Amino acid sequence: MAPHDLRRPFKRPAISDQQRRRELALLRQAQQRSDSHNRARQLASSLLSLPAADQPPSSPEPILEDQPIQIEPASPEPEPEPPEAAPTRDLNVVQASKLRGLEARRWFARQLMLPEWMIDVPPYLDRDWYVFARPAGMRCFVVSSNGTTVSRLRNGSVLHQFPSLLPSGARRKDLSGPAHSYCILDCIFHEPDQTYYVIDMVCWRGYSLYDCTAEFRFFWLNSKLAETGACGPPAAYHKYRFSVIPIYDCDQMGLQAAYAGVVPHVKDGLLFYNKHAHYQTGNTPLALVWKDEFSSQYFLDTDGTGQVPAQQQVVLELQDDGKLTTSDDPPVVFGCMDGEFLQKSNLRPGNLLRFAIGDESARLHDGRLEILDLQFVAKVNPRSRAFADSYSKVFFQYAARHSPLRIEDLIASIQPNLGDNSKTTDVDMDD
Amino acid sequence: MAMEITQILLSAQSPDGKIRTAAEENLKQFQEQNLPHFFLSLSVELSNDQKPPESRRLAGIILKNSLDAKDSIRKEELTQRWVSVSSSIKVQIKESLLRTLGSSVSEARHTSSQVIAKVASIEIPRREWQDLIRQLLNNMTQQQAPAPLKQATLEALGYICEEVSPQDLEQEQVNAVLTAVVQGMNQTEHNFEVRLAAVRALYNALLFAQTNFDNEMERNFIMKVVCETTVSKELEIRQAAFECLVSIASMYYDILEPYMQALFTLTANAVRGDDEPVALQAVEFWSSICDEEIELQEEYGGADEGNSSVHSHFIEKALPLLVPMLLETLLKQEEDQDQDDGIWNLSMAGGTCLGLVARTVGDAVVPLVMPFVESNITKSDWRSREAATFAFGSILEGPSLEKLTPLVHAGLDFLLNAMKDQNSHVKDTTAWTLGRIFEILHSASSAYPVITPANLPRIMSMLLESIRDIPNVAEKVCGAIYFLAQGYEDSGPNLSVLTPFLGDIISALLSTADRADTNNSRLRSSAYETLNEIVRSTNISETSNMIAHLLHEIMNRLSRTVELEIVSSDDRERQSDLQALLCGVVQVIVQKLSGSDETKSIILQSADQMMILFLQIFACRSSTVHEEAMLAIGALAYATGPEFAKYMPEFYKYLEMGLQNFEEYQVCSISVGVVGDICRALDEKVLPFCDGIMSQLLKDLSNSMLHRSVKPPIFSCFGDIALAIGEHFEKYVPYALPMLEGAAELCAHLDASDEDMLDYGNQLRRGIFEAYSGILQGFKNAKAELMIPYANHLLRFTELVFKDTNRDEGVTKAAVAAMGDLADTLGPNTKVLFKDCTFYIDFLGECLQSDDDQLKETATWTKGMIARVLVS
Repeated sequence: MAPHDLRRPFKRPAISDQQRRRELALLRQAQQRSDSHNRARQLASSLLSLPAADQPPSSPEPILEDQPIQIEPASPEPEPEPPEAAPTRDLNVVQASKLRGLEARRWFARQLMLPEWMIDVPPYLDRDWYVFARPAGMRCFVVSSNGTTVSRLRNGSVLHQFPSLLPSGARRKDLSGPAHSYCILDCIFHEPDQTYYVIDMVCWRGYSLYDCTAEFRFFWLNSKLAETGACGPPAAYHKYRFSVIPIYDCDQMGLQAAYAGVVPHVKDGLLFYNKHAHYQTGNTPLALVWKDEFSSQYFLDTDGTGQVPAQQQVVLELQDDGKLTTSDDPPVVFGCMDGEFLQKSNLRPGNLLRFAIGDESARLHDGRLEILDLQFVAKVNPRSRAFADSYSKVFFQYAARHSPLRIEDLIASIQPNLGDNSKTTDVDMDD
Repeated sequence: MAMEITQILLSAQSPDGKIRTAAEENLKQFQEQNLPHFFLSLSVELSNDQKPPESRRLAGIILKNSLDAKDSIRKEELTQRWVSVSSSIKVQIKESLLRTLGSSVSEARHTSSQVIAKVASIEIPRREWQDLIRQLLNNMTQQQAPAPLKQATLEALGYICEEVSPQDLEQEQVNAVLTAVVQGMNQTEHNFEVRLAAVRALYNALLFAQTNFDNEMERNFIMKVVCETTVSKELEIRQAAFECLVSIASMYYDILEPYMQALFTLTANAVRGDDEPVALQAVEFWSSICDEEIELQEEYGGADEGNSSVHSHFIEKALPLLVPMLLETLLKQEEDQDQDDGIWNLSMAGGTCLGLVARTVGDAVVPLVMPFVESNITKSDWRSREAATFAFGSILEGPSLEKLTPLVHAGLDFLLNAMKDQNSHVKDTTAWTLGRIFEILHSASSAYPVITPANLPRIMSMLLESIRDIPNVAEKVCGAIYFLAQGYEDSGPNLSVLTPFLGDIISALLSTADRADTNNSRLRSSAYETLNEIVRSTNISETSNMIAHLLHEIMNRLSRTVELEIVSSDDRERQSDLQALLCGVVQVIVQKLSGSDETKSIILQSADQMMILFLQIFACRSSTVHEEAMLAIGALAYATGPEFAKYMPEFYKYLEMGLQNFEEYQVCSISVGVVGDICRALDEKVLPFCDGIMSQLLKDLSNSMLHRSVKPPIFSCFGDIALAIGEHFEKYVPYALPMLEGAAELCAHLDASDEDMLDYGNQLRRGIFEAYSGILQGFKNAKAELMIPYANHLLRFTELVFKDTNRDEGVTKAAVAAMGDLADTLGPNTKVLFKDCTFYIDFLGECLQSDDDQLKETATWTKGMIARVLVS
């Protein structure tokens, strides 16, 4: 009789490689399909061929690309208006990749998440927030792709272009991943030890983390960065060291550790990140910066010479109707230029202008800062700065000069036995 | 009325092809011109005792095939066709069929009983032919009914029980049918043919008799009769009765308990003393019990006993008696059985059953088998040595590694020496056992390694020596090398362990493939397939030079196949088989070398030459080669990337041929996969070929003859094309999108009780979502608005899929991604849609809870995309 169908192969050599070949081929195809879909989904996929990274110096504005931020000289300097600068806010990355020079810089300038200044202590600090020491240095976006790594400052200009051990960060055969395996890191470049301190991870190996919570991003950052060897000392294919920063839950111990702990870098205040917040470009109240004299040498804003000016200075943006506004969305109006002065001074809407505020010309009213009198100082070169000050920065600097939010206030806000946070943590608003 | 068709039917069986074709054409014409008369003429031919048996038999078969088909759509067509025949003609046909049951020609009776069952399967559910059962039962009860009539009637009843659901009959009729069948089995029925027919009818009626099996009294009665029948004096009846028991073991496992004692005695007696056909069924009974218990264990996994109340542990309880009984069978080998691949005898069945027992009870089998192994393996009689080895090889799957590994270590040296036994059976079984050891127990990452750096050199040298042994031994040695290598696959640094042996293994396999001392092509194919596994498991950074040489050698061999002189169709087939094997090796090498940039250059250097070879092979026009060469080309396209464009003008026609080959759906399916590879390799450079490809894919989708498994990948392929050509996909939108919507509609109507259909439904859903994803992302940067009209449908479809409890992980991933693509591409246009349907919140919630990181990441991305839309 015929054997049971299932039984026959028992004592036969069980190789059937053809089916296996088919299955492996299908597996490969499915993997590659999923890769190419994911590539298409990445927000920043075309960062691969970004202009400024490998643009020959024929681009409109090559000269200043590599200069660090500096405070603008006082003399106003006419600046050709970039054509249709406004729509850049709405460009997506694919379009951004076609931008050149100033346009590219403007676009990039809008990609960083900008913490607001802490003007009062958010509730549930210990439960919902992380805290870490902010290294002193230049905030920048680091993009590794296509065998090179480019860092761009807050204003969008290039700081360094260099090989790194980040994925696709150098042209090295043995490290070659798929071409789309780019990364975007949010960093602070710390001059004294020539190190990029990574404070956030935006894209990793082509996978966007924009819409992931801070909790997840930091987890990913801590687990992935070290794998690449990018945290090692500089080498032939790795010009700068990258480093992660200890990130603490913002409880008493964490806050103390971030505030007073010994770190290898110069501190410039503390950063607070809401655990549930996504990476949101532009100003956000879900990431906060706070400083005092102990934690930062820049507690009060300095001018170009490193001196603290006698009067608080602010940078505001001139609007069509002469109003002077902050960079917030919606903007906060702090004053108005009169038309006559405007005509004489050759200023145009969109220009960033620096003003001084006299001690007596600002006040707090119902918890809002009001500025009574702005004294025009100079026009700011748009190459060095892309934005006006935010409301929270102006407020923080004002409070710093009058009644600062102290570390004790922060610690008190997370005393476990205090039921009502708001009472004890609000900044003292009285002048 | 009826037409004379005897001559045509005889001609249709003529050895002369011309005559045959003409007759078939005639029959076809007749059928098309007048179907009712065609049916009638066939039934008249079948019922006429004056006609030759050959024409009657063919008439019956044509009639039967006109009533039923495997494909469900075709079957429905045939049913409708029969239903539409006028009832007066149907009555005549049915009368002549029933009359034929009494014919003196047994073939005519047999065919007629089959046709009756087919007609019944159409008519009884429609409440027609209501007196059929009565008429058949009447045949059984009338006084003096001739034996042939009773025999054919029982046969017809059996087939009807197989075809018709008992729900379509009155319970009374069901009972009457079973009573008639069981009475036919009774010893008081003196005619052997009638009793045999009755046992076989019962076999066919077992599932039909479910209600009766549920009733203890009736069940006891049926079991008693079956058990009595297993000791009938006629061998065929005993065999048929055991076949019933085998079937009962599978269908009614949970009611067997009270009968097991008796069944053990009956089967043990049969295994030990009955003729082989009966003994084989008795062993099969225990194999079926094992199948049931293994399935129960797999189904409930390690879950608590509460779930597995139906698990009666028959094997465990019978173990002390069952295992010795099976071991005895192993000693009943036939001479030369090692030469015959298809052999099935008592020792093979016993070993197979022992293997199943081991899988059922695990460790408990080991102490019962090892004394047999140890006492027999050194005996001078080859049967003892072979049986001992076979017993050991049979129990390797099931018991724990802890239990087996020490035994393997203790016995490995002995087994390696046995590869030089003077008896070829022993060598054959030893090689098979080594293969099983490596397949089941060997893994580089195991906590209980069976292969160590210390024993590997000896194992390798013995295998490389034995591969030169007689062909059947060599083939099993290939298997052993295959599994040995597979154990190192994916094992990182351990891959290097094989590196020192690689050269010797490759040359041994290549010369094995060249052996001329066998006509059996299996040795050659084993050698090449083992080569594939060797390539997959090698540490390519150490061995790229050797693999590059191998690639050139295989390409040389391929080019020689093209030059072979082809005289006969056998030559053609041999050439095509060899090309298939060699293309397989090329494909595996290409895929392996594509893994890193350094080794990829080896492929790029040979790409032109490879492509020329593939095109030459396509020119040989054999489908199996077509398939393997296609697979290899897909891998090559991936490796070469945009460079592949230069091959497209030449290759395109073969790709189109592949897409058109719906008869051999594997070829079609692989060609569809290769389109995807090419899209990813070429990106927009694929555009000039898209009109042709798309129209072929659309044709395939509409082709009801194409195997359904190819259709989901075609949808995914739409996505690949759209992603590659971006906005240029616009012109295909009016064709492709309605297809997607239609398929989505179809998903809702698939039979949810059919596991295959569930599986198919999931594949289809996944394909649909992948298509949407590709199309949406393709349009993202331009012409996104084209997709606005389809957004609502996609979202509603996603909702349906979300609510479907049968959705698998792959579908979930694809669905959640497509939802994100929708939001990403259409942006604020979808704001209203997402505001109106909130299921996505739960859906994303479910995905974010998943353990699958990839799914979580995708869901997080989608969440972000939707959030962006909602705040826009």
